Amino acid sequence: MKLLNYTTSYFAAILFLLLGIWAVIFYVEMLDEIYDSLDDGLGNQKTLIINRAKNNPENLKRLDFQDGSYTVRSISNSQAITFKDSYRDTLMYMHNENDFEPVRLLETVFKEGDKFYKLKIITSMVEEDDLIEDLLFSLILLYLGLILSIVLLNNLILKKIWNPFYSLLHQLKNFRLEKDQKINTVSSNIDEFNLLNTRIEQMLDKSISSYNSQKQFIENAAHELQTPLAISINKLELLVEHEELNEQQIELVASVLNNLEGLTRMNNSLLLLSKIENQQFPDEQEIDFNDLITNLKHDYKDLAGHKQMEIKIESTSVLKYTMNKGLARILLSNLLKNAIIHGEKGTEINVMISVNSFRISNSSKHGALDTTRVFSRFQKNPGSKNSTGIGLAIAKTIAKKYQLQLDYTFTQEHNFHLYK
Amino acid sequence: MKILIIEDEQDMLQNMKDFLEKENFIVETANSILQAQNKIGVYSYDCILLDINLKDGSGFSLLEDLKKKNIEDGVIIVSARNSLDDKLEGLNLGADDYLAKPFHMSELNARVKAVLRRSHFKGNNKIKLGNLCVDIDEHKVDIDQTPLNLNRKEFEILLFFVSNQNRLVNKSALAEHVWGDHIDQADNFEFIYSQIKNLRKKLKDAGAEIEIKAVYGIGYKLVEA
Repeated sequence: MKLLNYTTSYFAAILFLLLGIWAVIFYVEMLDEIYDSLDDGLGNQKTLIINRAKNNPENLKRLDFQDGSYTVRSISNSQAITFKDSYRDTLMYMHNENDFEPVRLLETVFKEGDKFYKLKIITSMVEEDDLIEDLLFSLILLYLGLILSIVLLNNLILKKIWNPFYSLLHQLKNFRLEKDQKINTVSSNIDEFNLLNTRIEQMLDKSISSYNSQKQFIENAAHELQTPLAISINKLELLVEHEELNEQQIELVASVLNNLEGLTRMNNSLLLLSKIENQQFPDEQEIDFNDLITNLKHDYKDLAGHKQMEIKIESTSVLKYTMNKGLARILLSNLLKNAIIHGEKGTEINVMISVNSFRISNSSKHGALDTTRVFSRFQKNPGSKNSTGIGLAIAKTIAKKYQLQLDYTFTQEHNFHLYK
Repeated sequence: MKILIIEDEQDMLQNMKDFLEKENFIVETANSILQAQNKIGVYSYDCILLDINLKDGSGFSLLEDLKKKNIEDGVIIVSARNSLDDKLEGLNLGADDYLAKPFHMSELNARVKAVLRRSHFKGNNKIKLGNLCVDIDEHKVDIDQTPLNLNRKEFEILLFFVSNQNRLVNKSALAEHVWGDHIDQADNFEFIYSQIKNLRKKLKDAGAEIEIKAVYGIGYKLVEA
């Protein structure tokens, strides 16, 4: 739920409750006031009627409400003594409405001469159901009016006020650290937003700079290692040519050389990875994966032949992706090399090319690999001590660069599946 | 044959010098562009090994200079910046070859010799070794005038050994030279071993007066039998 709607829904609920309570109180108060003023009117009428009765005794005998709004009848003394004035509601048949309607009735007793008279005065009263209906109707109108104005307020004013926030949010949603983009904050009069903006700017600057320096570090480190590695390997190559070295010494040098060469391979792979991540392969062209894999099959013929493996390519469709030629080659050759190195001797490597899909499978001795880690750097097969464990990480990085998916599944065989 | 090495990394320079002198080349060195310009101005060289990142400028500018002055020396760029752009730029500027650091000495040797062969033995590019004759342009090998049937890879292995005769050839140098980066991973020991075994057998059956000797753990050495 969006922030604006969220607050609106809260307002709606609270307003509903508040208006409900308010309506009850208002209704009771209003009714109280109405009764009060009706009773005052009745009291006033009573005085007028009594005064008029003194002047005109005819008025002392009115047994029903025919054309007036009061009745007078004499009562006995004993009745009169115990009688107390009373205001109450009652129903009376109204000719115009053809129905019983509520009326307010005052019953009182007065003395004229020696006799006591009972006076009943009525006045028409508010129809409570109509009142409630009217009140409810106005309340609903008020409620809707309020909600509408809150929504309008939210959308017009709050939206404007929250604009810096939403602008920031929108940019953060699309923010990718590796894309080297800037966040543009909207300045605001509101302190909290300004604080948020500056903090986020600072944090992002810091993340970007540490990301860049990390990238730089890997690249620089790998780069700076090249020369000393080259020197060391070459010096050992010169050393090992000395005639006076015995077999044991040569073996020692060989071991050092092997390790240095492993280091060189790893260094080259890291350098390649950071170059890919640093977008240093801008040239792109359409690459025909059928052609490419056929060429690679030829290149790897010797290595596959050595393990008595057969590379079978089955193609049902043209498959072309636009990417850097060198990287496409590295991507497929890493997958193929991986299949040859980790496949079992004397088995088949199957390459299947169909519409928007490249799949390569090799047989397995060890069962499924850990799918969460198969593309991580330095993920090594314990059986092969010479591999750097970066080949698949490079393949994944290349695929990602061109928005391709590279998945690993296990179905008796290891399958690597490349698709868009 | 005279070679000029332009390199500002002293150890690197010394390595290359030592190695190439063992091949009976006359090697001179320069560790800056200025020094190199002075030497090139006075002497002529058969091959120049040129580092790109020099402390007083880029090797590319020196290369441009050479080509402008129509100096026909063969140039091999030796660079730590293993990037395709650099390679293309170097070759476009007229360099004969591009070698990325780190490299094996035997690879350097093979490249230098290839450059020298191209500039000095145009057309008639044959190496004789014992009763063996390697025709580089035709990709053919004769033993006592009888053609030896080698596949493409076997020919490349043999040529690499011939370029590095009597020198110790590191097996990964051999692998990289012949198969590119295709077998830089696991299993290359066995793989190379079996390739060499096949070649040895063919040479032996044809009665070649050369032998590929194994040097334990390191690689091989081609010697005249």
